[in-house]
Amino acid sequence: MNNSLVKIENVSKSYWRDKLEIPVLRNIDLIIPEGGFVSLMGPSGSGKTTLLNLIAGIDRPSAGKVSVNNEEVSSLSEGELAKWRSRNIGFIFQFYNLMPVLTAFENVELPLLLTKMSKSERRKQVETALSIVGLQDRMSHYPNQLSGGQEQRVAIARAVVSDPNLLLADEPTGDLDKQSAEDVMELLSQLNKEFNKTIIMVTHDPRAAEHAKIKHTLDKGELEKA
Amino acid sequence: MRVFKLITKNTGRHLLRTLLTVLGLSIAVIAFIIIRTTVDAWYAGAEASSPNRLVTRHAVSLTFDLPLAYKEKIMKVDGVKDVSQGNWFAGQYIDDKNFFAQFAINHTNYLDIYPEILVPEDQMERFYKEKNGAIVGQGLIDRFGWTLGNKIQLTGTIYPGNWDFTIVGIYTGAKEVTDENTFFFRWDYLDEKMREDMPGRAGRVGWFIVEIKDPTQAAVISEKVDAFFKNSQNETLTETEEAFNLSFVSMGSSIVTGLNIVSFMVIGIILLVLGNTMAMTARERVSEYAVLKTLGFRPGHLVGLIFGESLMIAILGGIMGILLTIPIASVVKIALSAFFPIYTISPLTIVLASSMTILVGLLAAIFPTLKAVRTKIVDGLRIID
Repeated sequence: MNNSLVKIENVSKSYWRDKLEIPVLRNIDLIIPEGGFVSLMGPSGSGKTTLLNLIAGIDRPSAGKVSVNNEEVSSLSEGELAKWRSRNIGFIFQFYNLMPVLTAFENVELPLLLTKMSKSERRKQVETALSIVGLQDRMSHYPNQLSGGQEQRVAIARAVVSDPNLLLADEPTGDLDKQSAEDVMELLSQLNKEFNKTIIMVTHDPRAAEHAKIKHTLDKGELEKA
Repeated sequence: MRVFKLITKNTGRHLLRTLLTVLGLSIAVIAFIIIRTTVDAWYAGAEASSPNRLVTRHAVSLTFDLPLAYKEKIMKVDGVKDVSQGNWFAGQYIDDKNFFAQFAINHTNYLDIYPEILVPEDQMERFYKEKNGAIVGQGLIDRFGWTLGNKIQLTGTIYPGNWDFTIVGIYTGAKEVTDENTFFFRWDYLDEKMREDMPGRAGRVGWFIVEIKDPTQAAVISEKVDAFFKNSQNETLTETEEAFNLSFVSMGSSIVTGLNIVSFMVIGIILLVLGNTMAMTARERVSEYAVLKTLGFRPGHLVGLIFGESLMIAILGGIMGILLTIPIASVVKIALSAFFPIYTISPLTIVLASSMTILVGLLAAIFPTLKAVRTKIVDGLRIID
């Protein structure tokens, strides 16, 4: 728990609208330890999701460095980033983002299609991931046959199936009722505690943030000390 | 293969839209094949030509005739093996909708120069014996339900009066391109009646068919034949049978050009139909492509997904179109048999239609793929949020 997994050094991010610079993040310095469960809170437009995207390598900083596991993410090419993401990052979205034409099993299997695993190895891995989230009996269900909470659990299974160190969750409970949100947070806590997954979670929900070990707040693009 | 499964499932995602697109594609493929086959049918007469046959006609126009006496002179030209003659009759059978070609031919040797026209021996014997006998193609037999021995009356338009014939023979074609829709009768029957009713028109011939020994000598022989009659009252024009037939095609060359243009416009329409479907599809799935990229899928994977779906729709439309064309073409063949005796879908047309379909499938996917690949993940994900 003492080694740093994510290191953000003096990171700034701005967007440009015509000639107008819109700063989103300003001089962020943040270290997230391996095995940590970190929540990022803050009002809308404070830059939470942007910071998460920079860590995931799906956006690039305007200045500064983002390193994950001692690898500087911001210097990788698009192709290298795609490969790196498939090995190191599990992403959980607010609206689950499952493929509607694929079953729960097939959705969870998607990241494994990028590996050289055999069909039987993939099956074993997918079944394990779905049993961790408690949905082994819903494998052949399509997303529209599942509740919101179940869909998010399938999305979590998809995020962990390739066994990444780092899980990034963007408002994972934002679209769920209270009970489902609690179940999802319990599951994330379990993944953190039992499987030592490092989790960075963006949330508006103070109850969800309570599950995190470290809490950070962003306001107007600047990090406030928890 | 999950990626193939994803392509298949995506294809069936908006079932009605996919079905309408496939239907649109198949109609376009049918139109393309029918138009191309019609153009081919236009040239079929020329394709059925033999290099050993020349046609000698009046130099001014085919509507002018030549004296029968030319025949002996043509026979004397070096390299000529045989000469026969024919006249265009243009009779009407019951009414003008029942159009078919009718040739008055020299019964002693005309069909010998056309070995691809097959007539049973005993039927040829009857043709030699019966002056008003006719040999008709199997196509006409099928079209009008005639049988051997039937009495047929034609009303002459170029040669006035009612003309009675007895079907004494039925011919079939030795080759697929042989026209089986012609009505042959004896030239001497026509000439005899002209001699009685309109003596000024007796002994006149529409064209001579000249069989030559060596096809490589066609140009030399043609020149010699025409030289014979140079500066006479009836100058001749001799050309190969293929050139003679192509001269008919050239009369409708602007129609053929028009048909060719329309056939390629049909391809353009297919492209627009499929391109529109793929553009809609890609626009609706921007967020899904962003999710796939977030999971680590690379642009190459998206290219495979979008091109795969576009090709799958195009191929389905192509297969359906080709399969439906077969029965439709047989209906068209019957409807146009008077104008296009040979109406067959060529393997080349099928290959062309298939290639065009695949090309359209590939082209239609280019723009949506570029858009999907170029859209940044954060922009794609923002659409959801």
